[in-house]
Amino acid sequence: MSDEDKANKSTPFRVGTPPARPGEKPTFSSWDFQPEDLKKLDPLKCTSKDTEKHAYGLLRVLNDSNEAKGEWDPKLDPDILRKGLEYMMKLRIFDDRMMKMQRTGKLSFYMRSLGEEAIAIAQTMALEEQDWIFPSYRQPGAQFVRGRDMVSMICHCIGNELDNVKGRQMPVHYTYKEGRFISISSPVGTQFSQAVGVAMASAYKGTDEVTITWLGDGTSAQGDYHYGLNFASAFKPPVILNVVNNQWAISTHSNLATGGVNFASRGLSYDIPCFRVDGNDFLALYSITKWAAERCRAGLGPTHIEIYTYRAGAHSSSDDPSRYRPGDEAEFWPGGDPVERLKMHLIKIGEWDEKRDKELTEKIDSEVMAAYKEAVKYGDLANGPFPPASTIFSDVYEEIPWHIQEQREELGK
Amino acid sequence: MVEMNMIQALNSALDIQLKNDDSVVIFGEDVGFFGGVFRVTDTLQQKYGKHRVFDSPLAEGGIAATAFGMGINGLRPVVEIQFADYIFPAYDQIVNEISKIRYRSGGEFSTPITFRTPAGGGIKGGNHHSQSPEAQFTHTPGIKVVYCSNPNNAKGLLTAAIESNDPVIFFEPKRCYRGPFYGDPHNVPTWAGHPKSEVPEDYYKIELGKADIVQEGSECTVIAWGAMVHVAEKGIKESGISCELIDLQTLIPFDKDTIVNSIQKTGRCVIVHEAPKTSGFGAEISASIQERCFYSLESPITRVTGWDTPFPHSTEWDYLPSPERIATAIKNTIEE
Ligand SMILES: Cc1ncc(C[n+]2csc(CCOP(=O)(O)OP(=O)(O)O)c2C)c(N)n1
Ligand SMILES: [Mg+2]
Repeated sequence: MSDEDKANKSTPFRVGTPPARPGEKPTFSSWDFQPEDLKKLDPLKCTSKDTEKHAYGLLRVLNDSNEAKGEWDPKLDPDILRKGLEYMMKLRIFDDRMMKMQRTGKLSFYMRSLGEEAIAIAQTMALEEQDWIFPSYRQPGAQFVRGRDMVSMICHCIGNELDNVKGRQMPVHYTYKEGRFISISSPVGTQFSQAVGVAMASAYKGTDEVTITWLGDGTSAQGDYHYGLNFASAFKPPVILNVVNNQWAISTHSNLATGGVNFASRGLSYDIPCFRVDGNDFLALYSITKWAAERCRAGLGPTHIEIYTYRAGAHSSSDDPSRYRPGDEAEFWPGGDPVERLKMHLIKIGEWDEKRDKELTEKIDSEVMAAYKEAVKYGDLANGPFPPASTIFSDVYEEIPWHIQEQREELGK
Repeated sequence: MVEMNMIQALNSALDIQLKNDDSVVIFGEDVGFFGGVFRVTDTLQQKYGKHRVFDSPLAEGGIAATAFGMGINGLRPVVEIQFADYIFPAYDQIVNEISKIRYRSGGEFSTPITFRTPAGGGIKGGNHHSQSPEAQFTHTPGIKVVYCSNPNNAKGLLTAAIESNDPVIFFEPKRCYRGPFYGDPHNVPTWAGHPKSEVPEDYYKIELGKADIVQEGSECTVIAWGAMVHVAEKGIKESGISCELIDLQTLIPFDKDTIVNSIQKTGRCVIVHEAPKTSGFGAEISASIQERCFYSLESPITRVTGWDTPFPHSTEWDYLPSPERIATAIKNTIEE
């Protein structure tokens, strides 16, 4: 019995415990799910009841040897797989560079997607151009799929003159309307129920748009998660609702965040088809998202997905996870690395090799470096230039009212 | 007396309350094993056990609602809202429930919750890690509002807040956790050597509803709270004018006597807060002064505040009241 459990014993009041704390041996629940476990369901006939096994199992396509197996294999063209690999590598290299910038005082803050790169990238690739992306801070990768230029992303993170958020938000709070990527907000979970509204508008207008949104395991405790599920259940709009269960919410393990750790099945009581998916499996993510989008486009409404993964890095640049979980916990995570798994799959089917991988890494590396050098031309954190002080006062309202105008004149900049 | 920074002082107040009163429980996001993202509850779970200090699910509405229930049933919850910006999912519980339960039950029920929450700017927190939403609560009858500014009053006021049988929102200026803040991002002093870093080691309480006169002066009264107390101190110095600086400490109920006495002496007043101007708590103080000591006033009361806009990231130094703006305001009231 751990000290935490002992302290807990004196009272019937239950407080959860994570599998391991610093100094203890990392443990993960067993990982005996195989791609053959779960049947492919007909997206146009499936009811929420039919998905019970899928909500409690784990939908995988790549097996432990990184072969694509089972009925959910989307049988993608190798070109698409290579594209996916490239986006994921790009996100990882980009994140590393930004983290280095943060560490050397060139960004005020940063958050990586480490270990979760497949999620936004595979899922956005499975959608169409007209579909809406309503992300949390952990899905910036969708922007690569939608063609966003890295220079502009870096300028946002610096908050310099070219930041399209005009220096108003912390780094990683991207907005990219051109790519139908909706502005990221810090208060967690608000996007989830808002995304249901975006989808309701699409249904109202009769457009062929699907909306996808995500929130974290921790965030699923917020009212917005439950509002979202219920409104989606009531109005059946074309929306894909994802809970990214990376097992940690800053220092709070999902064992402490809920009484049970299955997030997927929560949607069943809302009569929404539910799936639990291997979040480090590009192919499984792609497959389930295509499936859900097909239902959306046929007017059959929402799908709820738990994406089971592991936050391999710190919560953010302000966080040191070795204070609350074993420092080497990531090494014990049985789900592997999403980039590595897709790469090994491609090699296995003869569509990739180490030499090409190395060349691509070098190419991306130099692209990221070039983008960074270009971005700081528009201002760095130490010296600016920043957006002009006048941007403090614009966009509060459509037009600047007299009292804000007066304050702007008072500042005199 | 020992030297503490604000984090240590708050931790010490919590520690003593946990020790002295079994009904005190602490919970909130990441406050348990980890000890909070700002480390204010560090080691308390290890000391008092998981049932006294624990991590809650990530839901401020749930935190406030369960605290309400615990308070009704004999506990004294001290909850942390990780950033004041994230108190709004709890707003309905605070405004409609927690603040009104004593009244709506004819005095039968009450709930003695303390909400601790880091507030204010100066850490490059942008829109949602910088706000100072005190006025959203001062406009809510039934809840007391406290804003500490230094290690000494952090400990004393937090003790009083926890012991209050009324619910209290306790704002902690996060920019001042490790040192006073003089409005200059390049000058980052620690608390070491600051007179207000001297804190009693044992039980220590500062009565709610009492302001602190930081410095006495004769020409103008400057009223501030939170991080702005230090910025105002710097602004006063820059103005070269003899000012009385009042750290309000408790906003509801505020210390009218200290304010009135000071205005009667100086005849002038500048109010400083970092929250937006319109409907900010400065408006209340200003109105109250003109109601109570109109005939002592020699010039109009001035406010130096954050702008009526959301809080920006890159340009936060142009948003926050600066010593220069405060000095100018002081000089202008004198020249009127
Ligand atoms: C309403 C609100 N409360 C608290 C926070 C502070 N906060 C930011 S991220 C986070 C943890 C989120 O964990 P999870 O939902 O699991 O997402 P992950 O970071 O693991 O992707 C917290 C508590 C916030 N941003 N918004
Ligand atoms: Mg998480």
